[in-house]
This record gives sequence, structure tokens and C-alpha cells, in this order.
Amino acid sequence: MDNLLAARSQMGMSLAFHIVFAVIGVSLPLMMTIAEWRWRSTGDPAYLLLAKRWAKGTAILFAVGAISGTVLSFELGLLWPRFMQFAGAVIGMPFSLEGFAFFTEAIFLGIYLYGWNRVPGWFHLFSGIVVSLSGLLSAIFVTLVNGWMNTPTGFDIVDGKFQNIRPFTAMLNPAGIPQAVHMVLAAYTAAGFAAAGIHSWLLLRRGRNRFDEVAIGIALSVGGVAVLLQGVSGDALARMVAQKQPMKLASLEGQFKTEVGAPLRIGGLPFPDEQVTKYAIEIPHGLSLLAFHTPNALIKGLDQESSKDWPNVRIVHICFQIMVGCGSLLSLFALVAAWLFWRRGPLSKQRLFLKAVVLVGPLGFVALEAGWMVTELGRQPWIIYHLMRTRDAVTSMPNITITFLIMTFVYFILGIIVIWLLSKHVIALPDRKQLDGQGVLV
Amino acid sequence: MNPAMALAGIMLGSLVIYSLLAGADYGAGFWDLMCSGPRLEKQRELIAQAIQPVWETNHVWLILVVVLMFAGFAPAFGAISIALGVPVFLILLGIVLRGSSYVFRTYFAGSIRTQLYWGKVFSISSSMTPLFLGIVIGAISSDTVLVNNDISENGFLRTWFHPFPLIVGALSLSLFAYLSACYLTVETDDTALQDDFRSRALFSGFVSLLAAFATYVIAGNSAQEIRDGLSGTPYVLLVESCAAIAAFVAFQALWSRQYLRARIAAAAQVGLIIIGWGAAQYPYLVRPRLTIFNSAAPSSVLVEIQIACVFGGAVLFPSLFLLYRVFKAHRKSVLADTTLV
Repeated sequence: MDNLLAARSQMGMSLAFHIVFAVIGVSLPLMMTIAEWRWRSTGDPAYLLLAKRWAKGTAILFAVGAISGTVLSFELGLLWPRFMQFAGAVIGMPFSLEGFAFFTEAIFLGIYLYGWNRVPGWFHLFSGIVVSLSGLLSAIFVTLVNGWMNTPTGFDIVDGKFQNIRPFTAMLNPAGIPQAVHMVLAAYTAAGFAAAGIHSWLLLRRGRNRFDEVAIGIALSVGGVAVLLQGVSGDALARMVAQKQPMKLASLEGQFKTEVGAPLRIGGLPFPDEQVTKYAIEIPHGLSLLAFHTPNALIKGLDQESSKDWPNVRIVHICFQIMVGCGSLLSLFALVAAWLFWRRGPLSKQRLFLKAVVLVGPLGFVALEAGWMVTELGRQPWIIYHLMRTRDAVTSMPNITITFLIMTFVYFILGIIVIWLLSKHVIALPDRKQLDGQGVLV
Repeated sequence: MNPAMALAGIMLGSLVIYSLLAGADYGAGFWDLMCSGPRLEKQRELIAQAIQPVWETNHVWLILVVVLMFAGFAPAFGAISIALGVPVFLILLGIVLRGSSYVFRTYFAGSIRTQLYWGKVFSISSSMTPLFLGIVIGAISSDTVLVNNDISENGFLRTWFHPFPLIVGALSLSLFAYLSACYLTVETDDTALQDDFRSRALFSGFVSLLAAFATYVIAGNSAQEIRDGLSGTPYVLLVESCAAIAAFVAFQALWSRQYLRARIAAAAQVGLIIIGWGAAQYPYLVRPRLTIFNSAAPSSVLVEIQIACVFGGAVLFPSLFLLYRVFKAHRKSVLADTTLV
């Protein structure tokens, strides 16, 4: 494996691993806080139990998220020192702010987890809210950095160096805000549907109980609302990409030729050598309509750039299809679920519905990972879009393959243990002894 | 004051706080490895209890140092990342293994054998991070980190694998262990346990004095400039004498079982040693080429980052105060809560 490929693989593996835990660190606190709030306002012990269980899950996952995040902040330098030397000053601001947001999250999570008997009830709930908000802010700040790599702003280039740096302009780059909104909603969607899926599966296995039922209620509400908003956010993001990164849009869509009134392709497989995307369902004028909101807008194709500057069109297109497909399916599911709830009341009694939730449960995470593949692979061969190539940023240190293999091995083991721990601590049904006289089991 | 100096000051301050808080957590992990005698289980429990609610927060100080460094002094960050890639990677590995094994050990309740296994990983990785952190500090203080056009002139091993960085690594490990043992004496009411950690504090304190002496001697061979910095300038000498006084007070307090006083004095001692290093290192970030002036971002950027730090600090310090007030003011068992459900 050459050094560049090893470095990219290590970074990609670290990100793909971290994003799972980061997402849960953003959304599980929200869900546990809602559960605690429900307990405090209804007195229903099932909610208290749920808040404590989810808090325990947050404790485990947040720790893994915190360390894998630390790994990433170092790897930026270890793997891409030239990128950091050039861009460090420009993108330092959101990273610094993220540091403080992360501080706040860690502090109040500590109070939340270990302070049940040490602080007044209202303050405990307040700590949960602070954890949720600071997790949200962390996600936003970090995504703003990624946005900057897509649409670099806030500097002038003089003699090959960044000059007149304006950190806040760089932070609020055109891609940043739409990307951050998209990321945050994706986090709520992924974790919400995954939690609902797990609890539905458990409810099917162990029979009716309040614990799983209230869990599904909260998780599905969070995930469902988020995925419906995601449609709006996705549209805003796509229009931004169409304007600022036309080549990325072209590879997402498998659009090789510059075209007026370009069609929207559903599915299909791009053939970069022949410069054509085959086997897709084409909706005439669809892409122009979506990207610029006019049916005959001009869509720039990949032919605008030499083919050596193309990303891997085939993978980017497929990942994009996966992301959009999963998102659409989940949106549809959320709408149907809302309608059913409105017509027939609580859904947790309906086994068919629960089975469906189990099936769609993982799709949020699938969409999330696919979406990051789209944005990262779609930006290649650039690390800073149209300014610095990824291969010019990689470290001169040899043998990155070794560190890649070590980190992959460590993360692989960590992943297995975390799953095992979660199954033991968070989702196991509390036994009768713990719940006696609390009426949690129906 | 020059903005580059101010930002370097904030970074040094964060490094001091990191050492005093997270350093002690790492030291506690080291003692976990060395637990022995009839009160072995109790010692381990005390260690776990003391660091549980705070270790993640304490860890964030290091992230702050790193992000401020690449935001404010990107060339220095790049040089360290390239030439010291190996020890930095080992610091990371230590962080990952320490954090995860600690959590795993806590939640593998019930299976003693698996808990013991994770305990081993926890304590070995806890010793790794301080050791390599010290090595990195030692390496940037000697003259071996030379990066030219992104190529490390001394390769990737010779930059840090020589006596001076290694002895600084040993020094930092012994200081963190010492600090931690001093803190742990205050965390319990059990006099037998207090005595256990008292003797460990005295022992590791003694070792750290030897390591400090060895550092000074070896600096004569390979890090002459930092040695001149340590002994030449009057304000560095002042800081060093204060550290020596603090060390003396800490030892005396430990000897006479005045644990609270020992804790404060030991913290002052370690903090002053790091400040003394920072002053001797001034104005260099990475000797012999990169100073805080020639590697600094434009001052407008530095000023804006400092403004962000001020706002961040305005949220951070009250929150921190709250955290320690909730958990360190009364020594009620923290573990009780996690086993509730």
C-alpha cells in the first residue's frame, strides 16, 4: 500500500469509526433528557429507568467518541502535516470553539451521569439540556471545518501563502452552514431510528413492556421529525453544491456532459471511460429543477474538467444513491407512521409495525456513512477544493501502513466490545427485582 | 503584550492544568499497576472512584493545547507531527487504550477475570501516555527536531530516541505518579489506605528528584541551550527556587501526614516545574528553529482566537468550578450511582 493510500485509509477508517460515536454523543443525550423530562412531569418510573439506561449508554459511547475524536485531531497533523501548516491558522477558529463546546459537554455529562443524588432535580435536567446543546454545537463547529475544505473562503493567496486571514469568514463559509444543519439532522435521524429499531426488536422478543414502549415513542419522534426536516436541508445543500462545487454535483449525479435541462438519474452505474451513466431511471429536467429550481438550468458536466481531476465517479454516485434512497425511505416511513398514529393511536401493539421499524432501524446510519463517503470522496483529488491536492498534503513519514493496521485492529476490537457492553447494560430488560412495585412491566 | 506570547501563555497554562488534573489521572493508572499488599482491592477502588467523574473533562485540556497549537503555530505543529510522529502516535495509542479500557473495566462488573484483564490494559496504557508526552517535550527542547521542506532531517527515530528525551519521559511519568499519590491520600478517610499512598508519594517523589537531577546532567550533553535557559536567566531561577520550596513543603507535609497541605504543595511543585520549563524554552516552540514568533499565525488571527478563548473560558471556568464542587467537595461514593440500574 503506498503512503498516500495508507494515510487516506487510516483517516477514512478513523472518521467512519468516530462518526458513529460522535452521532450518538449528539443525539442520545437529547433522548435521555427528554426521557428524564417526561419522568419529572408524569412520574412514570419507566421514563426514569429509560433515562438512566440511555445515560449509561451515553457514558460508554461518549468515552469512545471522545478518544476517537482526540485521535482525529492528532491525525490531522500526523497524516496531513502540510495541510495543517497551510490551513491551520484559517480553520483554527472552529476547532478552538469546538474544544470549548467539548469541555462543556464533558463537564455536564459528568454531572448528569454521577450526580443523580448530588444535585437538585431541576439542575440535573438542566445538565442534560446543556449536554445536548453543547454536543450539537461541537458537531456544528467540526462540520464547519469540513465545509471550509469544500468551499474555502476567508483569506487571500499571496505568493502561495494564505494572507489576510479572516477566521470568522472562513468559519462561516458557504458550504459550512448547510452542511452543519444536514449533519446534525442526520445525527438525530440515525440515532433515533437505530434506537427505535433496537427497542422494537426487543419488544417483539420479550413481549409487551412499558420500558421498550416509551423508548420507541421518544426515539421514533426524534428520528421522524429529523428525517422530515432533512429533506429541506438536503435540498439547500444540493443547491449550494450545484453553485460552488459543480464538479462534485456532476459526479454525484453521474452527469458527464454539460447540459441544459439535465435529467435526474435514479440508480444507474457511471462508466467513466465511456463517459456515460447507464441503467438509470431518468426523470427529464429533474436535476436542473432540483439544483436551480428552474427546468432548463445549465448543469455543468464532468467534461468541464480533465478526467485526471475527477473523483471516483462510480463510487461517489453509488454512495449518493444509497444516501438519498435511505433518506427517502425513512421520510416515507415517518409520514406513514405519523398517519397511522393519528388514525389508530399507539403503534407499539402492532407487531407488523414493530417489524417494519426493526427493518428500517439501521438505514439512518447507512445513509450517514454513505453521505460522508459522498462528501469526502466527491471532493477528491483535492483536500482543499481547487487549492491543494490530497497527495501534496500527506506526511513524509514512511510506513503509514503500519499505523493504519494498528489503528484498524484497535478500533475493530473496541467496536466489538462496545456492542457487547451495550447489549448487556443498555438494552437488557431490567429484571423483576429492580422493578417490583414500580409498575414498569405491564 | 505580543499576541503570540499571549497565546503561548494560554497554551502553557493549559498544559499546566492538564498535567495537574489529567496527569494525576494517568498517575493513578500507573499506581493501579503497582497496587499490592493486603488492601489491593481497596486501593484499586479508590483510584477508580477518584477519577471516574472527571477524567474526560481533564483530558480535554490536551485537546485544547493541540488545537491552539495548530491554529496559532501551524508550522510548529507540522514539524512535531512529522519528526515526532512515532512518539505522538504512541501517546495517542495510550489515550485510546487508557480511556476505553477504563470504561470497559467499570462496566464489566460481575466478571472479575475480565475486569482484571482490562485493569492491566488500563494501567499499562496509563503509563504510556505520560512517558511519551515527556519524550515529546524533551525532544522539542533539544536540538534534534529539524524539519526542512516537510522532510525530517534526523529521520523518525533519532529525533527522540536519545538520552535527553527519554529521561524527560521518565521524569514526567514519575512526577505524574507522585502527584497522583499525593492527591489520593486526600481522597479517602481510611488511614491504612492513606499510609499506602503516602509511602508511594514519598517514593515516587524521591524518584522524580533523581530524574530531575539526571535530566539536568544529561542536558549538558545534548540540550545545552535548555540547560543554559534553566540556569541562566534570573526569573527562571526564581521559578525554580519556588518549585524547590514547594517540593520541600510537600515532602515535609507528607512526612507529617498533613495530606491536604501535601496535595497543594505537590501541585504547586509540578506546576512550577512546567512553568520553569516553559520559561527556559522561551521563545522556542521547537528548538532550534521554530520560535513562537517565526511560526505564529498573523496577529489578527491570534487575537481573534484569544477572544474566542476568553468567551470559552467564561463558560468553562464556572462549569469546572461546579463540577469539582459537586464531586470533590464531599467524598460520598460516586460509584453507588452507576450500579443503581
